[in-house]
Amino acid sequence: MKFRVERDEFTEAVAWTARTLPSRPTTQLQVLSGLLLDATGPMLKVAAYDYEVAAQSTVHATVSEEGRALVNGKLLAEITRSLPAAPVDLAIDGTRLVITCGNARFALPMLPVDDYPALPAMPPVTGHIEGSAFAAAVAQVAIAAGRDDTLPVLTGVRMEIEGDTLTLAATDRYRLAVRTLKWRPAEASTDEGDAAPAAPVTVALVPARTLLDTAKSLSGSGVEVSIALGTGPSGETLAGFAGSTRQTTTRLLEGQFPPYRKLLPDSSPLIAQLEIAPLQEAVRRVALVAAKTAPVQLAFSPDHLVLEAGTGGEAQATETLPAVYDGPELAVAFNPSYLLDALGALESDIVRIGFASAEDPAVAANKPAILTGKSGAEGDAADGTGSELPDYRYLLMPIRLHG
Amino acid sequence: MAADSAILHVDMDAFFASVELRRRPELRGRPMIVAGGERGVVLSATYEARAFGVRSAMPMGRARRMCPAAVVVPPDHAAYRAASVEIMKIFRDFTPLVAPLSVDEAFLDVAGARALFGSPPRIAAAIRRRGAAEQDLTCSVGVAPSMFVAKIASTRCKPDGLAVVPPDQVLAYLHPLPTGALWGVGPRAEAVLTRLGLRTIGDIAGTPVDTLRRALGDAAGAHLHRLAWGIDERQVDPGGTDVTIGAERTFPTDVGDPAVLARELLRLSGRVAAQLRHRGRTARTISVKVRFADFRTITRSRTLRDSTDVSQTIYATSVGLVADLGLLGVHRASGGGPPPGAEDTMVRLLGVRASNLGEAGPRQLLLGERPEGWTELERVADRARARFGAAAVGPASLIGQRGSGGQRGSGGPPGAGGNGAARA
Repeated sequence: MKFRVERDEFTEAVAWTARTLPSRPTTQLQVLSGLLLDATGPMLKVAAYDYEVAAQSTVHATVSEEGRALVNGKLLAEITRSLPAAPVDLAIDGTRLVITCGNARFALPMLPVDDYPALPAMPPVTGHIEGSAFAAAVAQVAIAAGRDDTLPVLTGVRMEIEGDTLTLAATDRYRLAVRTLKWRPAEASTDEGDAAPAAPVTVALVPARTLLDTAKSLSGSGVEVSIALGTGPSGETLAGFAGSTRQTTTRLLEGQFPPYRKLLPDSSPLIAQLEIAPLQEAVRRVALVAAKTAPVQLAFSPDHLVLEAGTGGEAQATETLPAVYDGPELAVAFNPSYLLDALGALESDIVRIGFASAEDPAVAANKPAILTGKSGAEGDAADGTGSELPDYRYLLMPIRLHG
Repeated sequence: MAADSAILHVDMDAFFASVELRRRPELRGRPMIVAGGERGVVLSATYEARAFGVRSAMPMGRARRMCPAAVVVPPDHAAYRAASVEIMKIFRDFTPLVAPLSVDEAFLDVAGARALFGSPPRIAAAIRRRGAAEQDLTCSVGVAPSMFVAKIASTRCKPDGLAVVPPDQVLAYLHPLPTGALWGVGPRAEAVLTRLGLRTIGDIAGTPVDTLRRALGDAAGAHLHRLAWGIDERQVDPGGTDVTIGAERTFPTDVGDPAVLARELLRLSGRVAAQLRHRGRTARTISVKVRFADFRTITRSRTLRDSTDVSQTIYATSVGLVADLGLLGVHRASGGGPPPGAEDTMVRLLGVRASNLGEAGPRQLLLGERPEGWTELERVADRARARFGAAAVGPASLIGQRGSGGQRGSGGPPGAGGNGAARA
């Protein structure tokens, strides 16, 4: 194997791929600490795999001798990061991979490339979506995913495909974020006319962290992302995401995602509207006196919202904001960071907070509130009616103040 | 941090027995045992009895064989609680930072009391004097820069002792001690450490933390390593975050019937939950203790995602833990078949304990949660019992069972609203 690559392109490919390296490769799987370099034709593929996630990046290369090599990934990433600005030559010399760049020369011992597991193949493409729109949608939803592994299904983002609509959902049982967006489903393969393709997988539970990282890394402007849902070589379910030069496949989470749709109300009998930016600032300020998960209380009265945090003998804070509100006196408490997550994710200047009852404040304060942006105000002029469901909904469960 | 040692661990000497001696002075100087429960285990013993090998938690039969001359006295928990209140009052005369660990021991932070009462060793001496003069009870006090060293020191100067460990002597004091002296090193951890060739605390200190992590788990390994270097950053918390709440029962005869075990777990869970609610606390960790007929004792614990004071949740968790031991298998599969029967699965004692306690305060609700669930039901049941008596409301499966039982003597309430039969 012998090839030349551009320094920046190579560094970026190695750095991105190396993020997938297992943090602690076990001794049996020492090969997984390696990055796979595969020089074929005019291309170099850099790949990492931890049996859950496989990442592969492609860069242009002048290949004078095709071949594969496996070297310690962390070390390679550190080396490439500090190479001088000059073309990089890589070649196998006996049992070592020699890297030459300008006047610098490195010789790295190689790991047994034949022991490296085969990377799962990308399943057939299910559809396409614009990279930055996808990344933004994933970011809006992934905030609500659970972080601890005691309930693994909750650490995932559920992707559901229905025609040209892609629905993303995540919940940690305290809040639920749901985003719908349009995408372009892949056309049924036309070249083999009669062979009807197997029913495409339409639901996938993708580990939230992986999805968030992947979507972000594919969000370059104008990049079209292909999404592929299917099964891997040993029958496991896989999702693949591919941009122009990067491709990630990940094993899906197993288990039953909670039936979240029935939690989402079709409409809310009581709605408060506030400007997001001042509300965000006020929540942050007031929450300064609240301990880690202590609540911030929102007390609504006609045209006003009073935020309050802190208890008894401890520090206290209050702040009053104007609100569009015309209901009964209502006091409801939320975890401030969950509230801020929602406010930060709404792509709107105004938040609408919908409550479950307009008559009974006790019901409104103990049932989930639904936070949405104000639709129709700007941008999507087409619908105008306001009857269509907002494309991003964040359902937030209150904190009960007294037991 | 203060330059001297300002944490006190005060541990009453043979507390129950000493309280009994106050009203039976004729027994002073003689071996005496306080024993309780339906079959009797040693709850406390005078040092005269201990000289014969009698120890707390020992079955009475064995204690009698060791010390036939001992006078055996039934427990009077009300008297011990009253004495405990008086003792804690003395502690609080010196500092508000008193964290009771149980009825007969507490941590005190006296750093802020120097100006009023003198150096911590002087305060320790004054506490010992007042306990003896006003309550006729002796105690042992460890004075150290941190809680766990103070506790080790008080244990090692018993009875009626005072041990002061200045900050610059902590390592010299700790390192020669056996590993088992460290808080958190039970027989199992000790066996693991011994296999690594670690016999003293100094050995632990000299072992790379990664080795300890591999042997004992990440958290425990790192924790022990810190302790071995005398590092314990816990503060004396008057809120008493270290306290656990538990209930246990020794059966009159050993039990193998899964249905009986499950029912007892329900009753114990109800008592623990009622205590939690009564004290305004919630727990995240639930543990069960099972002592078999041959005195093998197993404890298992599980940490919940959300803290609880609901007996249903505690019950479900403890049943799961006991089922994992294979004791409820038959019960679960066929709804209560014949007992497993084998000698080694006969249960002598069953206990349920809640730890990892926090203040019961605002509660983050869960999506899809019923707005009025077990929590509310049990609170209503608490109120009904407060008004109409302990038998007013209870789980249907405990109807017709005998009352509270257990070793707490004073007949607590039966299991709190569990299986949902509100008879109010």
